[in-house]
Amino acid sequence: MESLNEREYGCQSLVDFRRRQFLRSTAISTVGLASAGSLTHFAERLARASESKQANKLLAKNLIILWMQGGPSQLETFDPHAGTKIGGEVKAISTSLADIQFAHTMPKTAELMHQATLVRSMISREGDHERATYNMKTGWRPDPTLIHPAIGSVVCHNTSDNLEIPRHVSILSGEWPARGGYLGSELDAFKIDDPKNPLPNLISYTAPEVLEKRLADLQNVVEKEFRRGRIRNLDKEKTMHESSTGRARTMMSSEQIKAFDIGSEAKNVLDSFGDTPFGRGCLAAVRLIEQGVRCVEVELSGWDSHVENHALQSGRCNILDSGLHALITQLQERGLFEDTVVMCGGEFGRTPQINVAGGRDHWPTGFSTFLAGGPMRRGYVHGKTTSELMQREKDPLSGVENAVRIEDLHATLLHSFGLDFTQELQTPIGRPLAISQGNIIKDLLQA
Amino acid sequence: METSIPPILNSANSDADFVVSARPTPVPPPQIGHQSAERSLPITRRERFLRRSLSIIAVLGVLGGLLWATSPRARLSKPTEEISSDVPESVQATASRIDAAMLAEIERQELAVAPPADWLTVARRISLALVGNGLSLEEIRVVEQLPESQRIAWWTEYLLEDRRSADYLAERWTRATVGTNNGPFLVFRRRMYVEWLADQFQKNTPFDQVVREILSSKGSWTDSPEVNFLTATLDESDKGRPDAIRLAGRTTRAFLAQRIDCLQCHQDYLGKVNFTDEIAGATPTDDADSTSRTGEQADFHQLAAFFSSAKMDNPFVGIKNSDVDYKIKYLNADEESEVAPTVPYRRDLLPETGETRERLAAWITHPENKAFARATVNRTWALLFGKPLVEPIDSIPLSGPFPAGLEVLAEQFVKSGFDMKQLIKTIVCTEAFQRDSRIPESYETKASSDSELSELEVEEKHELAWAVFPLTQLRPEQVAASIHQSARIKAIDNNSSIIAKLELFGGVNDFTKAYGDRGDEEFTPQTVTIPQRLLVMNGSYVSEHVDNNPIANASSRIAMLAGNDKLAIETAYLSVLNRKPSGAELTAFCDRLHDTRGDARSKAVGSLFWTLINSTEFQWNH
Repeated sequence: MESLNEREYGCQSLVDFRRRQFLRSTAISTVGLASAGSLTHFAERLARASESKQANKLLAKNLIILWMQGGPSQLETFDPHAGTKIGGEVKAISTSLADIQFAHTMPKTAELMHQATLVRSMISREGDHERATYNMKTGWRPDPTLIHPAIGSVVCHNTSDNLEIPRHVSILSGEWPARGGYLGSELDAFKIDDPKNPLPNLISYTAPEVLEKRLADLQNVVEKEFRRGRIRNLDKEKTMHESSTGRARTMMSSEQIKAFDIGSEAKNVLDSFGDTPFGRGCLAAVRLIEQGVRCVEVELSGWDSHVENHALQSGRCNILDSGLHALITQLQERGLFEDTVVMCGGEFGRTPQINVAGGRDHWPTGFSTFLAGGPMRRGYVHGKTTSELMQREKDPLSGVENAVRIEDLHATLLHSFGLDFTQELQTPIGRPLAISQGNIIKDLLQA
Repeated sequence: METSIPPILNSANSDADFVVSARPTPVPPPQIGHQSAERSLPITRRERFLRRSLSIIAVLGVLGGLLWATSPRARLSKPTEEISSDVPESVQATASRIDAAMLAEIERQELAVAPPADWLTVARRISLALVGNGLSLEEIRVVEQLPESQRIAWWTEYLLEDRRSADYLAERWTRATVGTNNGPFLVFRRRMYVEWLADQFQKNTPFDQVVREILSSKGSWTDSPEVNFLTATLDESDKGRPDAIRLAGRTTRAFLAQRIDCLQCHQDYLGKVNFTDEIAGATPTDDADSTSRTGEQADFHQLAAFFSSAKMDNPFVGIKNSDVDYKIKYLNADEESEVAPTVPYRRDLLPETGETRERLAAWITHPENKAFARATVNRTWALLFGKPLVEPIDSIPLSGPFPAGLEVLAEQFVKSGFDMKQLIKTIVCTEAFQRDSRIPESYETKASSDSELSELEVEEKHELAWAVFPLTQLRPEQVAASIHQSARIKAIDNNSSIIAKLELFGGVNDFTKAYGDRGDEEFTPQTVTIPQRLLVMNGSYVSEHVDNNPIANASSRIAMLAGNDKLAIETAYLSVLNRKPSGAELTAFCDRLHDTRGDARSKAVGSLFWTLINSTEFQWNH
């Protein structure tokens, strides 16, 4: 059943649904002799284009999360405090936004600050990697009784697309990729490695004719035998196994798969992202969004700098800076920036205090998250952290102005998609639960 | 369909025996190392001799180690008489009562009942439930040697004595009690907790005792592995106290099948949590309305308060008992208030004295607190059937109504002294467990002898009433282990070589991770995803298990050893699906294997393996 919210907003409206159906059917009938894969590909693009043009409200349609696993230091990235007791070796540089400085490790991204929103006052209650990652990805603290869906899964759950490839993708995903949680494993992110490598499991290791024989035997011999004496529509009503096999086969030969192939991009575009797995992941994210994928997560790990903080963070920033800058630039050049929210951050920040090993430890009270695109405000910095070490160590929250809780960030992001995050969904534990328990931070959004 | 069996090959317990024979001969124990003659050497050459000797010893040591690591231990070759194939009278009697109760309900709904499944299908169900994969060809050949009427009882008993089943049960209960997260660094050792639980299952320690030890545990997480139940919830911000709220949620769900988490924040305004002071022996639904009350926020926190007595001041000492220290600001209250530990129902069963958590443990496991027995029975039923008697698995209303069979099983579980192995044997012995998962159109059933036979068709209601064995999707680790086992002629068990066991362990872990671990929600129905199908269709895990590999893979061994197409196909079906092929299947695949030789034949059998592994039948319990 369609909710009021679905009727009200953007791509979920009935009007839009009819338009997309019309476009699809028109495309199919117009280019009747072309291959099925190309037709879907073409129609999906038309449908997406129509979404962009018809929106009455400024709403996000796509989400890219640049996930910094391990806890990036706010001090070595977006909140430098250079020259103070807590600044360490970091130097500050100007950004394109007056009076706002980044760490010198992020020079390219600094040029784009006038188009972004920076939250310098993120807080949470989780200081453990696994729990904090769960918290940041789902907007909920871990609960032994329930697995909450990641924000990308929530967005996919509330939208519909006719894609032959997954709508939720996680690139370079580590130990804790985005999951569908209680919304179902079908909303788990489709995990891929470095985009320079072929997609996992998409290519049959046997010759095509062997595969077709195997599939024919499967359907006509083995499945037929299993269906005997069981529920009439066994696949549709119960297992979905045969239909999933069919969809997997379709995906294997879909034209849309090309979106994963960054090799077709011009050399200067490839170079702009940096010759790193993360850089290539960012480029793939742009291509996937362009194709119609709703949510893409790209992970850059290795930020857990308990030892030699500055060197480690600088190395990571070098990779992040190129990827993030090129990602935003390409989204703009391809006309996707207004529809796509980009969120860049990790599960927590790092301590203002530098430890005896030259490292910084976990710091969930006053860390930074970078936002850009979609309806997020342009050229805005929210919140502030103090340079006073003692004050921070004794009472961490006292050193944070305009603190933003993780659930508030989630509520704001979901609102930017036009989703009613207060709607309660029935969970497997029999308890209706709101999608998010946070409050919208209106300052983060365009008026 | 019967297949003629060629003569036994002339090698004891080789793969060939299992491929072609139903009566393998015992294998001699592996010979490790050997004796060599020594000769004395002149004293002047002593040093050189010593050096050489040391080198030889070192080389022999390495070779011996390798041999030890790669050699299987003494293997099961025939049904041993130490394992009983008799069903205890009490088990049979309880099973009969359950059958009667279930059949009455089926008749009330006027449903057709499936006929008994063949023994191999039932054996596969038991194997999936207790060790997480289907039967190996070796195991099938061994069990086949028994009279058919004894096979299921013997196989159940055999697996319950096998360490694999203790390990597998322990992992399932670990998920229910501490989840799948890595937990806090250093102070949580999940592996030790699993092993401790497995030891208890292996010894068949009464389950109430196991739970009491978990709930009242103290000491360090290494010396007392059960303590990990508590330390799994330790957080940096909790100042050395395990998270009482998380522990209360886990405990009530896993051990009482009560979902009272919503009371953590507010009263039960939805009427979903009801407590009743159920009297032992009374019919639960008789006067449930008059004795039950809806849950209050205090109910949850009073339970959680029990766990606030656990504290860790010194990591070297671990968890110790301390004073209760639990405060909460209730919804709409102005101030925090101290919460004294107590229980939400049957307070008469709570000991008045004793250490705080020990009192809670005694109350939870009290024979008259039936929720404990019901919760355990329901989870064990789910383990065997793939779905619980009451869904969701951890929510059974205290005041019922209860599905047919639950109360009988729960009562017997209490009477047996919380004997987990007997509970499993009882469930296996029921008609519900041994029924087919389909109803042949021409089958005349007990409950529907008057029905129009041609109209018989399985519907969801048949599964709900257990009139047919329910179809459930295998969990990821079951898919992985079944793929691996189907590709090996011999069972990978405790007698296998270290390398074989490591290969299984690593393969299952990697596959499960790629497939998507269900985590704590492993008995919640899920749909198969496209990446999961792609992984099985095209992933390296399957290809490595079906490709041409005459040393390791069953498909290649069968291609080499089976004397004819028919036998090759039948053996492949037994290895993968644990059944023989139908006539139509035999005909279809004979066509694929016809006139193949050498590599081509191996590839053709490999293709057959791929096809079977990718089927619904393989990836579902039925």
